[in-house]
Amino acid sequence: MKTVKAAFMKSLPVMAGYIILGIGFGILADHAGYGFLWVLAMSLFIFAGSMQYVGIGLLAGGASVLTVILTTVMVNARHLFYSISMLRYYRNAGPYKPYLIFSLTDETYSLLCDGKVPEGTDPDRYRFLVSLFNHSYWVLGSVIGSLISNILPFSSAGIEFSMTALFIASFTEQWITTQDHVPAITGLLGTLLCLVAFGPERFLIPAMLLITLLLTLFRNRISTGKEANT
Amino acid sequence: MSSAAYSALLVAVMSAVTILLRAAPFLIFKKKTPAYVMYLGKVLPAAIIGMLVVYCLKDVKIVSAPFGAPELIAGLLVVGLHAWKRNILLSILAGTAAYMLLTQLVF
Repeated sequence: MKTVKAAFMKSLPVMAGYIILGIGFGILADHAGYGFLWVLAMSLFIFAGSMQYVGIGLLAGGASVLTVILTTVMVNARHLFYSISMLRYYRNAGPYKPYLIFSLTDETYSLLCDGKVPEGTDPDRYRFLVSLFNHSYWVLGSVIGSLISNILPFSSAGIEFSMTALFIASFTEQWITTQDHVPAITGLLGTLLCLVAFGPERFLIPAMLLITLLLTLFRNRISTGKEANT
Repeated sequence: MSSAAYSALLVAVMSAVTILLRAAPFLIFKKKTPAYVMYLGKVLPAAIIGMLVVYCLKDVKIVSAPFGAPELIAGLLVVGLHAWKRNILLSILAGTAAYMLLTQLVF
């Protein structure tokens, strides 16, 4: 019981964010013609906020399987690095290990990355419960969004801008917190170039390839500090 | 294939690829992580967020009225508010509300 309470308290800061972003996702999906069951399935089985927002666009546009694979890899590539830094905590987590790995989102990572666990709790069970609470907020929020989409007392036209706002705010945040802006500018300008060159329907894959290529070429110029090994 | 079945396939692909990404380090890097992979891990997230900003704005028509004005105003509001308050939820809510008001009432 103590572990459950400690995990719940730890997860509280994520609750409001996940429920509100989840509601936004549910409404957006409903507008695109993907109702309750689609929203439930996506939030249960994908559990990656940005990817689900982008994913609705891909579904609605009937994107190719290759585009979906590459987009998912690029949008979620950062999860590789969350896993790398959690290797030592999750490696021997026994029966909790598969779920811990599955549910390692940005927010869950931000809560658990320091490795600290309250005294007197089982570390694996504690981390499992924090992840599970976060997952449940996300599912709950998105399902609520899906259900209230049609009964909102105001027109929800323009709600799709919540995704744009999410990425612009994230962009601003990382701009403020990093010294080297070459990666951010590369992403912005490289994509813009491909949008102009290839058009809005088929610029995503060229953009991802160009960004990876450019960042590889810039490798010796970008100061990333110490490249730590795990 | 029906369009619902195709959508279900795409959802399954997104789920599988996301799980694979999260699990890959546990399967591959039992001992040491290559420096190039660590490097990409540091620089890719910022670049991808930049890419996603452009992706979200890809269908904005800047050569015809209202010339992308709602997107520009709401976008600048998000940047300014976020630089000031650093609260991601507040930035999203305010930016979205501003955009909805602008597109429904002004433009």
